[in-house]
Amino acid sequence: MTTTGDPAAKPARPGKQRAPQRPGDLIFSISAKAAGVLILVILAAVALFLIVQAWPAIQLDSAELAEEVHWIGEAQSLLDYVGPLVFGTILAALIALIIATPIAIGVALFISHYAPRRLATSFAYVIDLLAAIPSVVYGLWGGLWLMPKLYPVFDWLATNLGFIPIFEGPAADPPRTILTAGIVLAVMILPIITAVSREVFLQTPTLHEEAALALGATRWEMIRMTVLPFARSGVISAAMLGLGRALGETMAVAMVLSPGLLYSFLILRPGQQQNIAANIALKFPESSGVGINVLIFTGLVLFVITLVVNMLARWIVSRRAEFSGAN
Amino acid sequence: MTDVQTPVDIEASLAGRKLTHGKLPRYTPMAVFVGSLVLVGGLLAVLGSFSIPLTVFLGVLLHAVVLLVVTRMVEGGRAAKDRLATTLMYSAFGLALIPLISLMWTVLQNGLKRFDLYFLTYTMRGVFGGMDAGGAYHAIIGTLEITLFATLISVPIGLLTAVYLVEYGPTRLGKAITFFVDVMTGIPSIVAGLFAYALFVLFFGPGVRMGVVGSVALSVLMIPVVVRATEEMLKLVPNELREAAYALGVPKWLTIVKVVLRTAAAGIVTGVMLAIARIIGETAPLLLTVGVVNSANFDLFDGRMMTLPVYVYRQYSQGFAPNGITTINYDRAWAAALTLILIVMLLFAVARLVSRFFAPKTGRR
Repeated sequence: MTTTGDPAAKPARPGKQRAPQRPGDLIFSISAKAAGVLILVILAAVALFLIVQAWPAIQLDSAELAEEVHWIGEAQSLLDYVGPLVFGTILAALIALIIATPIAIGVALFISHYAPRRLATSFAYVIDLLAAIPSVVYGLWGGLWLMPKLYPVFDWLATNLGFIPIFEGPAADPPRTILTAGIVLAVMILPIITAVSREVFLQTPTLHEEAALALGATRWEMIRMTVLPFARSGVISAAMLGLGRALGETMAVAMVLSPGLLYSFLILRPGQQQNIAANIALKFPESSGVGINVLIFTGLVLFVITLVVNMLARWIVSRRAEFSGAN
Repeated sequence: MTDVQTPVDIEASLAGRKLTHGKLPRYTPMAVFVGSLVLVGGLLAVLGSFSIPLTVFLGVLLHAVVLLVVTRMVEGGRAAKDRLATTLMYSAFGLALIPLISLMWTVLQNGLKRFDLYFLTYTMRGVFGGMDAGGAYHAIIGTLEITLFATLISVPIGLLTAVYLVEYGPTRLGKAITFFVDVMTGIPSIVAGLFAYALFVLFFGPGVRMGVVGSVALSVLMIPVVVRATEEMLKLVPNELREAAYALGVPKWLTIVKVVLRTAAAGIVTGVMLAIARIIGETAPLLLTVGVVNSANFDLFDGRMMTLPVYVYRQYSQGFAPNGITTINYDRAWAAALTLILIVMLLFAVARLVSRFFAPKTGRR
């Protein structure tokens, strides 16, 4: 497999002048192509069906909306309803990202450059196990185990750092707040950020690392001078992939957060924010008619947000692939 | 000239310095670590507020400071920074292990209370309040059926797409598919659920709840994972095998089916297993599309079904029971979570075994 990087060297490249294909070949290639196209169709269908089902909610004006859907207030337009949800979604995801990224980079560096070679793969596997745990179990763990443990910490934050606006107390007990949700989300996105960063760190040209070490750099200086600059864009895209996951996470938030619909930065108080996905999960089973359409509209908004974040992340990755020809 | 004086200057400037500097013995970090743990633990015990988390937290802090100061004095500032960075990396890993260990521990500890044959073979039919009864049989049935059907949808599509991407060369369509498969991995699970609901509403009217809707939602999440895994595996198949088959006059499709896929089979099976493990715990889409029910339903195409993740959520959200065993709902939630994790771990273990024993010998490792 020395030709992996060179697409022109594929022997299977169909030329223009070839004998007529066998029927088996034709059927097989067509069905393979059809499967590929089907994926594009599915993705388009996701967007299309969401738009179709959201449309009844979009075309109603605020008075009709309030009449049809009891949890939408008077004189509230659809965007007024979605706004705080988008805010809550982004806030929870950002909290998760701020907590998870430094730890994930540390773990990734630990696995790629610090841990004993023989143990490194096992360590990586252990961290990957975190990704295999179902989100509902995280919710259960966050709701029943983590919350009582977090309360003293939050209480301390509120009493000692309460002068900083976001930490304004009093801390709630149990802390069903967005900070708790953010911490649970951080645990959930840690493995993906770690996995991608680790891959990028390992791709650092060994010659660069050895050159740094030969010039007398300590291990940390070597990492700072060769690994981190090389991996910067990769780490950014890893963080964005994590962000995309945190934006769309449902159960862990639904099970931990006490919802509210405010543009509020009070992260130690319950009943302030809510994220889109958890809102859908909580409201959907009891909704009917236009209520469903409104929820699907919020789902569409979430879809667009995550799509943009993910495409940006993938774009950064693919751009990176072009100039990483150093090795 | 000043040249003449230069050597004198160098010597003068070197007079106060050593060309070598001190080096701490190799065991220093370990010794400082143990020392600070013991010190902090002892202090806390004397103060009467001993607890393991606090000891470890303060111990690591003390360790970092002491090591920094000692290294700075003996080895100099750069080495001290290096030591600090090492401490940080190790603590990051330790920090990441805390949720994993505590999660496994709590699930095991709480789940084993109700995890028995009764729990696995009885449904929630006619169970209410704090009754000492009720199991997850219906949820296990639902999870297995829905996941199996999602696999049946996803694997052919994912497999064929990967074959197209790898075997039919890099075309512009292929590039687009690769990109959108990547994007598709990022679709929030709840959006997949909404999509499946919106799709089936067209045919069955509002309020549709069927197992198969959940399967469709899950396959939206599963297809990209299968594609990526299979693609990686197909790329590992050496070109020589394909060329040998062509040289013998084997048609391309037969080459793919009998040579390429056969060689990559173990890897593909592993990938599919991991994909199943990924989706079997999905809750949100099933909550929207399959609903909640208390008795067993074996029919994917008719009526609500229960699934394990939704069961966990349902039991959790019911909270404390008013009478009888008040924590019964939480206990059942933990037991179901344990069941779910066991299934996932089993899939993981099988996947690892398959990949270890049946992996293609590529000669590269």
